[in-house]
Amino acid sequence: MLSVEALEAGYGESMILRDVSLKVEPGQVVCLMGRNGVGKSTLVKSIMGVIKTKRGQVKFNGSDITRSPSGERARAGIGYVPQGREVFGQLSVYENLRIGLEACRDKKRRKTREIPSEAIAKFPVLPSMYGRRGGDLSGGQQQQLAFARALVSEPELLLLDEPAEGIQPSIVQDIQDVIRSIRNEGRTSILLVEQSLDFVRSVGDVFYIMEKGTIVWSGGKERLDDPNVMRYLTI
Amino acid sequence: MEMWISQLFNGLSVSSILLLIALGLAITFGLMGVINMAHGEFIMIGSYTAYLTQNLFKDLLPKGAFDSYFIAAIIASFLVAFVIGYVLEVILIRHLYGRPLDSLLATWGVGLVLQQIARSIFGAPNVAVSSPSWLNGGLELIDGVVFPYKRLFILALVAICLVAMYMYIYRSASGRRMRAVMQNREMAACLGISTRRVDGMTFAIGSGIAGIAGCALTLIGPIGPNIGTYYIVDAFMVVVLGGVGKLVGTVVGALGIGFFNTMFEWWSNASLGKVFVFILIVAFLQWKPKGLFAVRTRQLD
Repeated sequence: MLSVEALEAGYGESMILRDVSLKVEPGQVVCLMGRNGVGKSTLVKSIMGVIKTKRGQVKFNGSDITRSPSGERARAGIGYVPQGREVFGQLSVYENLRIGLEACRDKKRRKTREIPSEAIAKFPVLPSMYGRRGGDLSGGQQQQLAFARALVSEPELLLLDEPAEGIQPSIVQDIQDVIRSIRNEGRTSILLVEQSLDFVRSVGDVFYIMEKGTIVWSGGKERLDDPNVMRYLTI
Repeated sequence: MEMWISQLFNGLSVSSILLLIALGLAITFGLMGVINMAHGEFIMIGSYTAYLTQNLFKDLLPKGAFDSYFIAAIIASFLVAFVIGYVLEVILIRHLYGRPLDSLLATWGVGLVLQQIARSIFGAPNVAVSSPSWLNGGLELIDGVVFPYKRLFILALVAICLVAMYMYIYRSASGRRMRAVMQNREMAACLGISTRRVDGMTFAIGSGIAGIAGCALTLIGPIGPNIGTYYIVDAFMVVVLGGVGKLVGTVVGALGIGFFNTMFEWWSNASLGKVFVFILIVAFLQWKPKGLFAVRTRQLD
């Protein structure tokens, strides 16, 4: 469904990603791991189109999206929860979710005034906060909002960039449960950037490890005990 | 007593004119962050559109229809400035986002070009727009206090523009997209919004409102190619004083400057009054550099 081939990308003149190839199949949870600063977020951003690709190809559902702007990719069915949440601070929680609906291909759903209840069922606290400004929420609440905002448009592929980073443990648990339930429903594939090996082991199907801007190891769950994995991940 | 009432009304009236010329800038500069030196020229475009509409009504329609030309002129001014603003955004402003100095120089240049075009078409001398007859005269509340209908009309027009803008920005779907893009362009794009279309529309609406302001200015004086340059400083002053990015700030800023200006002019004279207002604004911005209503967000911290 998503395939990245020999991707090169970076900021301005400096290249960060070199020759990165990666595949996500329907219904899979693909985990991207690696130490800080190896280019995981950069890869997710270039899949989303935030960073321009210098060389290589990004394909989604068979069509080449390497040169498409972010908005088009979102409308094609890629949802994105960025690192640092990026909630619209001046917009209310409700308005944040309405903006999330902009990516819907179904026109009726895009125009709906009621946020589809099945979309936010995974985050039962959100409806009680509809009137509050996004910027006034706590970090964990913002993360839930960013997650829900990506889910309301029913994406086929969800890009999650360290969804559990920097938030209180109770919400980390909630968010891990949400990822598990999405996986069990099987309608949405996930590309997950995550540091916690234990969590990744419990939800992931395929694993990639990055170092210095390129993929250095990949494999299925059965190969995770490979001593190399620990070597690449420990500091 | 009469003096006070008429001075207060004057203050309100000056504020309303300031607010009208600043509203468009509150969008292009306040929301989008474009230092739009051509804002005054969009006011000029509105004025000349009103002038043209007047001539068209005079030449083509029976005499009885002339009085209604002003309503048509308001709509025409908005549309003409809207279209020119959209075109300007697409061919120039779009390439200058995030480069405030470049956009300052470029829009200033555009302003000069637009002034020269107006001079070539309409000539350098001022032209007069005759107000419709239903705006002549005034409302006499008590002896010696007359509220001119033109000023009252401008007050009402400002109120309508303000409500319409509020509804558009805070209550409509495209306003919501606009606010999302202005707050976090990258993320808005990642959620499926076409940021280019939003930018173009936003700039065009700001320009269109400047056009309405230009149309209203034909009621209070003659118009010329330089009309924009008289108002551009006031417009920036109102937006900066009010706090960039907040509609309510622009309203309060315009009211503050309008009332203080009137009062100071009453107690001293016209030029000294202006000096006092400037001193007050400079002092205030030293105390609160972000203006009356600063936007507080985590992103800005």
